[in-house]
Amino acid sequence: MEQHLLSVILFIPLAGMFILLLIPKDQKTLIKIWANLVMLFGFLASLPLWWRYDRNNADFQLVERADWIPSIGARYHLGLDGISLLLVLLTTLVGLVSVLSSWSAIEERLKEYYAFFMLLQTGMLGVFLSLDFFLFYVFWEVMLVPMYFIIGVWGGPRKLYAAIKFFLYTLFGSVLMLLGILALYFHHYTQFGTYTFDVTELMRMNIPPTLQMWVFWAFFVGFAIKVPMFPFHTWLPDAHTEAPTAGSVILAGVLLKMGTYGFVRFSLPLLPDAASDSRTVQVIAWLSIIAIVYGALVSLMQKDWKKLVAYSSVSHLGFCTLGIIALNPNGLAGSVLQQINHGLSTGLLFLIVGIAYERRHTREIAEYGGLSNVMPVYALIFGISMLASAGMPLLNGFVGEFTILQGAFEVSKTWAAFSVAGIVLGAAYLLWLFQRTMFGPITNPKNEKLLDLNARELAYTLPLVACCFWIGIYPKPYFEILEKPVAKIVKRIQPDYYRARGLKDPLPEAARAADPAPAARRAAAAP
Amino acid sequence: MNFEFSATDFFVLKPAVLLCLFGCGILITDFFIDARQKVFNAFTALLGLGFTGYAVWQQQSYLKANGLNELIGLSGAVTIDGFAIFFQWVFLISTALAVLISARYLEIEREHHGEYYSLLLFAQTGMVFLACGTELVTLFIGLELMALSFYVMVGFLRGDRRSNEAAVKYLLLGAFSSGLLAYGFSILYGISGSTRLSEIAAAVASREPRDPMVFLALATTAAGLFFKIAAVPFHMWAPDAYEGAPTTITAYLSVASKAASFALLLRIFQVPLESARATWEPMVALVALLTMTLGNFAAISQTNIKRLLAYSSISHAGYILLGLVSGNQTGLQGIAVYILVYAFMNFGAFTMVVAMRGQEVTGDDIDDMAGLVFRRPTYAFLMLLFLLSLAGIPPTAGFLGKYYIFLSLIQTRHYYLAVFAVLYVAVSAYYYFRIVKVMFVSQPAERGEIADSFGVKVALGVTAGFTLLIGVYPEPFLRLAQGSLFAALR
Repeated sequence: MEQHLLSVILFIPLAGMFILLLIPKDQKTLIKIWANLVMLFGFLASLPLWWRYDRNNADFQLVERADWIPSIGARYHLGLDGISLLLVLLTTLVGLVSVLSSWSAIEERLKEYYAFFMLLQTGMLGVFLSLDFFLFYVFWEVMLVPMYFIIGVWGGPRKLYAAIKFFLYTLFGSVLMLLGILALYFHHYTQFGTYTFDVTELMRMNIPPTLQMWVFWAFFVGFAIKVPMFPFHTWLPDAHTEAPTAGSVILAGVLLKMGTYGFVRFSLPLLPDAASDSRTVQVIAWLSIIAIVYGALVSLMQKDWKKLVAYSSVSHLGFCTLGIIALNPNGLAGSVLQQINHGLSTGLLFLIVGIAYERRHTREIAEYGGLSNVMPVYALIFGISMLASAGMPLLNGFVGEFTILQGAFEVSKTWAAFSVAGIVLGAAYLLWLFQRTMFGPITNPKNEKLLDLNARELAYTLPLVACCFWIGIYPKPYFEILEKPVAKIVKRIQPDYYRARGLKDPLPEAARAADPAPAARRAAAAP
Repeated sequence: MNFEFSATDFFVLKPAVLLCLFGCGILITDFFIDARQKVFNAFTALLGLGFTGYAVWQQQSYLKANGLNELIGLSGAVTIDGFAIFFQWVFLISTALAVLISARYLEIEREHHGEYYSLLLFAQTGMVFLACGTELVTLFIGLELMALSFYVMVGFLRGDRRSNEAAVKYLLLGAFSSGLLAYGFSILYGISGSTRLSEIAAAVASREPRDPMVFLALATTAAGLFFKIAAVPFHMWAPDAYEGAPTTITAYLSVASKAASFALLLRIFQVPLESARATWEPMVALVALLTMTLGNFAAISQTNIKRLLAYSSISHAGYILLGLVSGNQTGLQGIAVYILVYAFMNFGAFTMVVAMRGQEVTGDDIDDMAGLVFRRPTYAFLMLLFLLSLAGIPPTAGFLGKYYIFLSLIQTRHYYLAVFAVLYVAVSAYYYFRIVKVMFVSQPAERGEIADSFGVKVALGVTAGFTLLIGVYPEPFLRLAQGSLFAALR
């Protein structure tokens, strides 16, 4: 049990799903209770990771290895570092919250709904925990199917269009990513004579720059569609808007992070030369900046509450990718933290929209106005999450965006200047949204009798609010968790980064000796 | 030459002999069976398949016990090797599944006759020779035996105009393609003066790579073979034949006949024509690309599920051909895995169409599946599994087949083909998900009862079980496909 902690976390939702299938479908309350219990167990099981994780160790921890398909060298290989630790905790928390938020929102075909949700949860956790490319790819694809159904069956009026668009877009990217994976896999064979999908093994390779470039861009398509980065973002507004509330929360909170996680975990450390190539950096940085500004501008124009939040994700994820491509400790750590922040605050915003939608069945901003008069608690929580999203100091968004901008500034002042515009615009559309929906007199008589938050709604919003404050006021534990894994990535890309700047190296030579790859790679690339 | 009939010859031929005997036996016992008891014929056929399976298993264990790679019979006309045994298993599985799903379907169609089962067994007899034949005449006779049985089976619904039309189309185009193939074979014979594949291989290898005779033989043989596997531009018969044929036969045709034709194609391309690879590789690559393109794009606009699956099976043939284009160990192993996986998933999907056939409904419209999840949730989820597998989404078996093909293309540096092949996965997901959408989102149609039977349930259980099992724990199946399988061809 102890040494299989990651497997337990990973498979609790799946096991829960199989038991759920045994419950007769008219036992609606039982199904709901069971689904919530499973997610709660999943969350509680993941909590010990916070204490078990050794912050002074840059390697993967709690590693589990078992043979799976020996004839192709695919293994069941799980492991955790600081980056995946935070994302796993985010996943289990957001999963729990979104299932709880579905209690009264979903009344039809309950059993299927919760079954798909649990399958989805296992898929997402698998993506963050896999250290074997084959296993990773399986989980990456597995989660597509339940998400298709969650949008396509329980979604809004244009749900089918949105669902298939999401599905095909992601599939399109992921099959190209598969080619990239296979190219690396085959290259490992030509270099060492063995076939393996093990990510830690693949990191030992010397990959010629041309191959690195091809694989990098193949991965880029897969990950950029998932994030989504600027030209690939068009599936996002549709999917987020049409999905049921819990689906949007999971999409924004966790699914998008799979793309950024892919960059951090695979593209950067496996293909350091391609990632640090100046053309690559410029392209990705400017795509991110376009996403930041464009997402914010489009958000300003929205008349639909949910669509506004959806486009705000494009803008926020732009910060995350910008932080990644800054390729320095501040950028990367800020980016990972901002991914968590975005999961919390945008998750909250979608929950807020969902609560209003459940009461009024409309998402038109113009239909609302003056809600703070009848729903003060609701307005308070909305206000906090809105400010968190806008990057107000003492709340989480500020910490993440500030660190990213620090990282970006270090590389290019122009980048930082343009991105700051995104923050200003972000404050504009969020404050304006808040003003239009919450303040002023109640103009629409239908809003006069709205009920404030009930206990269940408080129960699933307050934990997220608490996390927002925690990260905003005392982010130190998070940065401690991220320090070593981020340093490891930075040193793979720029081995001299810390020494050249006279900074204290978080990974002294002893730790580096265990991983001779960067030095060897440099030596091989030099002639 | 020594024409004595030895014990080895009998051992080699045993599966074919058993199939023949049981096929003829059914024709005789059918006379004594009351019209309502025709299901008895199905039991006889299953029994025959059981004996045949035992004979194949004997051959397999004999090879293993004696450490042999191959067992040559009839003075070199047939060879039992890993390749032959693998394909015999695929045929056995598909024939058994076809028998299982047929009884109830034929009763609904009011065409439950004993010949049907005999024809299934005769068709399989032909396939056995396609898998183990190593000589042109044997191969050609095997092919014709299989094809003739299929012509009759496709037109088995005598009262149905579509079935008759399909049979005539299939017969005419099939005969034409057999003619082309025979022409190619005759030139191969002319080049080498022998009908043995190994001797032809030597003769072809000794010629110039650009020899016009080799090219002519290659072109005609290839055209005939492409007809049989329904590769573009020789695919036109497939959608019509698939649509008109009794659905059980469509399933059988799309799986077993395709596998058998691939067995023939692999033997011909890998043994006598391997030395002319430089000539045929670009051609096969082009055909594979066209096949995937047309199959996938034509499937998008279909409203009839049998036609949709027909085009999808055309596109799958394209993927399998890509394995031949790369032609390395991974590619050939990929073909084997793909064919095995395809047998289960495609049969499963067609079985679902068979189950849709009710007393009042033909069940081959996509809309007949509307709201299946409300009527029969288990069936809807099984169909989802088959469709995901056909699209190649892990962790289903279909992904594994595609995985090998993609990998082999990367290994042999066919990058452009690889990119096209993966992108068509996304295209195919679109039309497979049209069915998913209808099953899971549309409101249920009032379409009467679903005509499932015990046989259909068993068939669904087996196909779904393997589709999932091969996807989740493929190791034993990969071993089966690895090892000696294509060693025989090298």
